[in-house]
Parts: sequence; structure tokens; C-alpha cells
Amino acid sequence: MRDVYVAGIGITTFTRLEYPLSEIAAYASMMALKDAGVTEVDQLYVANMGAPRVNHQTALASAVADSLSLLPAGAAAIENGPASGAAAIKAGFQAVASGMDDVVLVAGVERMREVNNLEATDFVATLTHPLAEYIYGVTLPAHAAMFTRLYMEKYGVTERHLAMVGVKNQNAALNNVWAHLQQGITMEGILDSPEAMTNNPYVAEPLRFFDACPVSDGGAAIILVSKEKAMELGRPLIRLSGIGQATDTHAVFEREEPTDLLAVRKAAKDAFEMAGLTPDDVDVAELHDAFTILEIAESEEVGFFPKGEGHIGLEKGETALGGRIPINVGGGLKGRGHPVGATGVAQAWEIVTQLRGDGGKRQVEGAKVGLTLNFGGFGNNVVCLTFVRED
Amino acid sequence: MSVDLEKILRPVESPMKPYEPKYMMLASGEAVVVRQVFRDEIPDLLKAVEPLVHVERDYYDVVAARVYAELLGYYQYRFQDQYVLALQVDGELAAIVNGRQVTPTLGLSLHTLALRRGLRIGAHGFAAKMEYHIDTLGHDEVLVVAESPIGFRRWMIEYKLEKRFETPHELGGVPSWALTKELFDRARSTLVVGRRPVPPDLLDKAMDKILPPSDPPTPPLDPLAATRALYDPTATALVTQRWEMEKGASNA
Repeated sequence: MRDVYVAGIGITTFTRLEYPLSEIAAYASMMALKDAGVTEVDQLYVANMGAPRVNHQTALASAVADSLSLLPAGAAAIENGPASGAAAIKAGFQAVASGMDDVVLVAGVERMREVNNLEATDFVATLTHPLAEYIYGVTLPAHAAMFTRLYMEKYGVTERHLAMVGVKNQNAALNNVWAHLQQGITMEGILDSPEAMTNNPYVAEPLRFFDACPVSDGGAAIILVSKEKAMELGRPLIRLSGIGQATDTHAVFEREEPTDLLAVRKAAKDAFEMAGLTPDDVDVAELHDAFTILEIAESEEVGFFPKGEGHIGLEKGETALGGRIPINVGGGLKGRGHPVGATGVAQAWEIVTQLRGDGGKRQVEGAKVGLTLNFGGFGNNVVCLTFVRED
Repeated sequence: MSVDLEKILRPVESPMKPYEPKYMMLASGEAVVVRQVFRDEIPDLLKAVEPLVHVERDYYDVVAARVYAELLGYYQYRFQDQYVLALQVDGELAAIVNGRQVTPTLGLSLHTLALRRGLRIGAHGFAAKMEYHIDTLGHDEVLVVAESPIGFRRWMIEYKLEKRFETPHELGGVPSWALTKELFDRARSTLVVGRRPVPPDLLDKAMDKILPPSDPPTPPLDPLAATRALYDPTATALVTQRWEMEKGASNA
């Protein structure tokens, strides 16, 4: 198996974008192609979750290939729920690692704000079990709320811990011009003041408004290449060193212990094993904080903290910029936004930015190893990636 | 015989109790002061409203154009029984809300124009406006319409407004909705916030001068425009533009 490197990255602003889906993907891709210094690719994979349902568009990869004048490159769309982005990166990795292709473009894109927030919530809820969950009106905020309540009872997580994640990540987004939310928040404003309950009402108790990521449009792209090609292009050598993917029961209630995210645990373990790394080696991480509780739970399952102690590390500032293991320094899903199909690729974009030392005010000093965790379903399909800078 | 036409053109204003200022904390941790604005300060508001007429996003254009006309009408004594409330953060204008008294028992909401986004400032302003109608002016109900989906969610859905479709609203003659005193009472604990009296330093800052918003709503992003305009398939112009943005942000 050949080594695979990231030669180029691109992203759109995450916000409401009133363009065709393929144009949004093309924009991010053009930036990635430009960044890598390539004009042709052997293959492109387009990660997307909702085009047929939300945007009334199918065969998205063909549209993107044509928009970019990349014909006759091979093209395929990959739909894997909110983990579509990292799943597409995995497919791109396999194509290059196998020797089948030398240059692969992976783009992630979503345009969710074409519909109203109720329809967007319903669209995301279609990833739940159709007979055991969806028909009873379960939504992702509802799932996350039930998970949070169990976590609070079992491990002592409080609403204050959740708010701390929200404040950390939304304020981190202020250092990321591409991020959706460009508005700082404070603990006093969302939790402690007499107005806090109005500023930050419950959306699914115990989760409040600022515990959830925004609904966003956006695209992100990366270029994966072989080592020979990477050397030829002369870009910083960022190797995609580890990949782990795992699944769990579709219906959450079937899990023996619902607070254990076994797919996260397995995906991270496999990625670390493949890369020859341990959690202690990671300098910067992108975790899938669609809801604030998930950053806490995932930080434990990937091995940054013992189970049930993620919130303690958070309290100590270990997950903030300058802490022991900075998490979501570009805002995460909470601050950057969560165009579902694009998220996994955007996480890779952030880590590559960090490993190149291009993070500006959000740069983790001396970052050499980064990790992304892309969480699909409610933890039933998870992809973990590790990246290493080789000097 | 000379006729003072101005006296004929000016509506006779009904006595209306003033709005008692209040303040509240936003999610950002900043304090926002809500206070009544009178005629002499309207030109300051007009300067902030005019640019929004050209913002084709979230119906800012239509709302700003109408607010501009309403404020000018008030300033020039061509509007019956209008009031204007301003929301200010550190003196900066964050929102304008206005309405008018139709009869001693009926109020009419005109507009809610948020100049800062993402902090429920518009929602706080609307709540203050309803508080003025119901609590201060003693109206039984207030006629309301929405000109944007955001407004519809905020007013019709959050307050569960009643239909008054038989009554055309003064804003374009569209069917009215109504906030009754009973509905307002139900919303008090969740949607209506604010503390009184306003600490003197906060109030003085607000009263001193209405400063223009430092981050007003802008036209929607057009991230593809540079590429299209320059027929630039390698996106050089875009990358350069974004680098400039990043540079600007890091220098901020």
C-alpha cells in the first residue's frame, strides 16, 4: 500500500450560499486544485448527504466534474450521512494507496438552507431507524438530549460544562474567517444572567440553543496524491497516516450502554494502530461537536481522557487553544457550521491548515500530528483520520 | 385671510406615556439599553437605516425602505401617533422598533429592524415594543404582520399570535395577526426580559449619542463572483481575495 499525502486544500465560507450545489463544491475544489498546483485529477469523490432530498439533484459528482472541466476523470458521489466527508476521504485514500490513481480530488458539499429549519431538521432525522425511531418523531437534537441526560446522571456533566464547550468553540470561530458564526458569546450571557434563559432557551432539554451547531451551507475539498506526486508538487508533506471506520447499532436504544460510543472507540483505535500513534501523540483534534455533549464524549472515546472525565479536562482548559490537547480550534461544527456532507472534509481542511502552520490566531504551536473524528448517524457510522506532518 | 397649511397637514398627536428605559444582557455578555427615541434624534437613525435599503438579504431592503419612510414621516410630522424605540450596545445602534397607537385600546406594530444579528436583539426589541403597547399604553391588543420568514417565526410562532385576517394591516394591507394581553402575559416568563432602572453609566452612554452600527448587515456573500467575472478557472483572484480577508482578520 502506498503512502498518501494531502497536497491541496480549499473551503468556502460556511453560511447561507445561494448557489447550485455543484458550484459550491466546485469553488472549494478550485481552491484546492490551485493550492496543490494541479489542473487534472484521476478521480473525484463528492461527499454529500442531502442533494436528492433537499436540493432535488442526483448524480452530483458528474455535475461537479463537468463544472470543474475535469473530464474525463472518474467521479462518484458518496453518501454516508454526516460522516460522508471522511468516508469520501477514505475512498480517495484507497484509490491512491492501491496505486489505481495518483491524484484524487475529494470534495464535500451541502446546501441545507435551501429549506427551512424544520425541514432541515427532518432531513437530518432521516438517518435514524425508520421503524424504531423516525416514525416516533425522533430528531437528532432529541437523540442528543437523551444521551446528554444519561451522561449527566452517570458522569456528573452539567449544563455549565456544555456551555463551556459552546463558548470555547463559538469564540474560536472568531479566528476563522470561513466560519459561519462570527459572534462571540459568554458564560454570563448564555447561562448566568437573568436573561440567559431567553438568550439561550432549551431546544431539547437539557440541551439549549447554544449547545447545537447551526444549519449551514458550504463546501470543502482536499487533493490526495501519491508520495512521488507530493514531492513533485513541492507542497508541505502532510501524510494521511491512519484511517479507522466503525459502525454501531442503527437504533440507539439497542445499545447495551447508550453512553458508550463504541464506533468512535473502535474507529479511533484502528486509526491509531494504522498510523502507529497513540492519543498522546496528537497535537490538535477536530471532533464532531454537532452538540456540545459530543465533544466531551468523543474526547474520552478517542482516548484523550479516561471515560467520564472529558468534562474535567474541559474545566482545566486542556481542550482550549494552548491546552494539552486543543480541540476544535477553528470553531468545530458549533462555530464553523455543519453542512453535513462537507463536515468531514472541512475537518481535514482545518487539520492540514494547522499542520502547515497556517492557522493564524488559532494556530496550535508546533502541531505535527492531527486527528479528525467524523460522527455519522447517532454514532452508528464513524470515521477517524490521523494526519502527520513530515519534514 | 391667511391659512396655516402646516397646521392642517400635521396630525394632532395623542398623549402617550413615555417608555421607561430598560437594559438586558445579551448572549455576548454585552448590555443592551432599550429606550425611546424622539424627533430630534431621528436623523441619526435615518443615517443608519439608509444603507440597508440596498441590502438584498433577509428582506432588509423592503423593511429598511419602509422604516426609513416611517421615521421620516415621524420626523416631518406626517405620521399619527408613532413611537420609536432604539436598542443600543455601548451607544451603538443595534436595533430600531416602532409602532403606533391606533386607538386608546388598539396598538399597531410597524417594524423591527435588527442592525446586529445573531443575539436575539430583534426579538428583544419586539418584546419591548409589545411591553410598551400592553403595559405602558394599556392597549388590549396589537396588530402585527411579518415581512420576512424570520419575523414570522419570531412573532407569529413564538408568541402564538391570533389571526385577525379580517383586518387589513396598515403595512401593505395584508391580513393582520394580533398579540392580545393574554398572549403577552403567557410570553412574559420566557420571551420578555429586561431590568430597571438602567444604571446611570449605561443610560448616559445611550442618551449621549446614537452611534452608527460597527457591523451592520451587508449584502450576501458572492464567493463565486470573482471567478466568474474574471473567467478565472484556477481561482487565482478568489484565493487572493481570501488571503486579503484572512490578513484583514488576523490584523483585526
